Amino acid sequence: MLDPAFLLAGVLNGLLAGGIYVLVAVGLTLIYGVLHIINFAHGSLLMLAMYAVFWLWRLVGIDPYAALPLVIAGSFAFGFVLYRLLIGRYNHGRDENILLITLGLSIVFDNAALLFFGGNTQTIDVPYAGTFVELGAAFLPLPKIISFVASLILCAALALYMALSDTGKAIRAVAKERQGARLVGIDVETVFAVSYGIGIACLGAAACLLMPTYYVTPSSGHAFVLVAFTIVVLGGMGSFVGAAVGGLVIGVTESLGGLFLGEQLGQIGISLIFILILLLKPTGLFGSKA
Amino acid sequence: MSRAALLCAAGLAAALVYPLLVPNYLVNIGMLVFFTAFIGQSWNIAGGFAGQTSFGHVVFFGTGAYTSTILQVTYGWNPWLAWPAATAMGGFVGWMIAVLSFRAGLRGSYFALITLAFAEVFRILANSVPFTKGGLGMLIKADQRPINFQFKDPIWIYYLALLLCLVSVVIAWHLTRSRFGARLVAIRENEDAARALGIDVFAEKVKVLTLSGAMCAAGGTFYAQKYLYIDPSIAFGVDKSVEMLLVSMVGGAGTIFGPLIGSFTLMGINEATRWLASVVPALKNVQPLSLIVYGIMLILIVARLPNGLMGLFRRGPARA
Repeated sequence: MLDPAFLLAGVLNGLLAGGIYVLVAVGLTLIYGVLHIINFAHGSLLMLAMYAVFWLWRLVGIDPYAALPLVIAGSFAFGFVLYRLLIGRYNHGRDENILLITLGLSIVFDNAALLFFGGNTQTIDVPYAGTFVELGAAFLPLPKIISFVASLILCAALALYMALSDTGKAIRAVAKERQGARLVGIDVETVFAVSYGIGIACLGAAACLLMPTYYVTPSSGHAFVLVAFTIVVLGGMGSFVGAAVGGLVIGVTESLGGLFLGEQLGQIGISLIFILILLLKPTGLFGSKA
Repeated sequence: MSRAALLCAAGLAAALVYPLLVPNYLVNIGMLVFFTAFIGQSWNIAGGFAGQTSFGHVVFFGTGAYTSTILQVTYGWNPWLAWPAATAMGGFVGWMIAVLSFRAGLRGSYFALITLAFAEVFRILANSVPFTKGGLGMLIKADQRPINFQFKDPIWIYYLALLLCLVSVVIAWHLTRSRFGARLVAIRENEDAARALGIDVFAEKVKVLTLSGAMCAAGGTFYAQKYLYIDPSIAFGVDKSVEMLLVSMVGGAGTIFGPLIGSFTLMGINEATRWLASVVPALKNVQPLSLIVYGIMLILIVARLPNGLMGLFRRGPARA
């Protein structure tokens, strides 16, 4: 007994969630594509950005959407400094080292959040949260639609920036050929730090777009990290298009999994996709051979 | 006798006498130190000696805990009989994950991430299928007799943890002297070179993960018998995976006594923060504080001390 209207609502809701996942995954895939490191702290950094959005709203009264420029800039600066002070120094040698260092960072961030902010679930009440848009048989919350559109616009803007600006060209040059880029006079270490900063700035944007409809707890990062890795692996590590397609696919998978298998078992789809892709086609849908 | 052997004998004698001299609270802490060192050593054998860093070792721990508990609660097995069965099951899961991942050629970070995903799958399954009782968890009926693997006096569970820890140290010691161990180290240092030397890299990696999985599962049963309760987030939660990795990395990955030293250190930090919280009333939340210290230690160790705290005691070139 499959009600098509029910199914449509599930797919639409999944696409809307997936749209924001795209932004999270683009940050992760950019960091991987340029620096060849796996940023295990990605989820925890998203959690921190979500708390930043929450406190800006709670203490200063800034609407999460209005906070976008501020949080993006702050996240970029945080990522840039984090890379310069810590990650960049150990971005050599065995690849597990950086994985362990970013794991250490995520432990510190998660527990610092727990220590200072407490374990309560925090949400933002925006006045437009209860507004729904009717699309066919589905009622979709307005903030989810705004966030979806905003996320895709930001991703497109980032893609344009990467394609057209000098910084974007330098980043792509470093991603393709580190030594060559260094030889033509690109400051590779700065490009690394800028790329890491942009990757974290994507998280800042995602945090602003998530908060009107989502909640944050100190363990939010943990909920997102496997989702983000699954999207990136599904799309192909380092691929922008892959992250976009993967984000939408995973959003729909999660939504339909919840619909058909229930709240608990529904989460299994993401982990299974992650395992199957790694086992069967580690380059993903759009990845080049590593 | 060499100095090292003398030191070991003295340490063992101290560990044997210790519970006779201190209150139960401290016996329990000692038990936890040796138990954590044991599951840490199971991680260390795969992650330290063979260089197969795992982020999801808890999958074996939970498999062991659930296997023996289900056999006992649902099928009425004696826990002492269920223990080897759980150990074998952990070995089987290790074998299965190893065959799947290593046949697909996963290495380094990718292997770490796929173990995390396997642990997640097991956690969600344990939360959903009927025979684990889902999120309610499983309760083992308390009946404190040694025949039931339950002890009235905490001293016995302490000695059992000490025994497990000793066995794991002997296994690790054997690895440093056997050809199997030498092959694992060769794989860790350079997999392609190891293959060129004629080592069957795939077979050795499968073997070590099977061994490691079996050991970790034995720890799972021990845990279930000590606390008489398990649920999906205890048995398959990411915290235990991180704990096993931490004690090995902090003490010294790929060293015989690394996990034991790491376990002592982390317990020391734990107690120190607990004490700090009792004097500084603003710090009512102790757990996160000690975890923050662990996280910082992990970063410092990876960055500065690749041989962990053991590296401080030993001269000679550091492992890169």
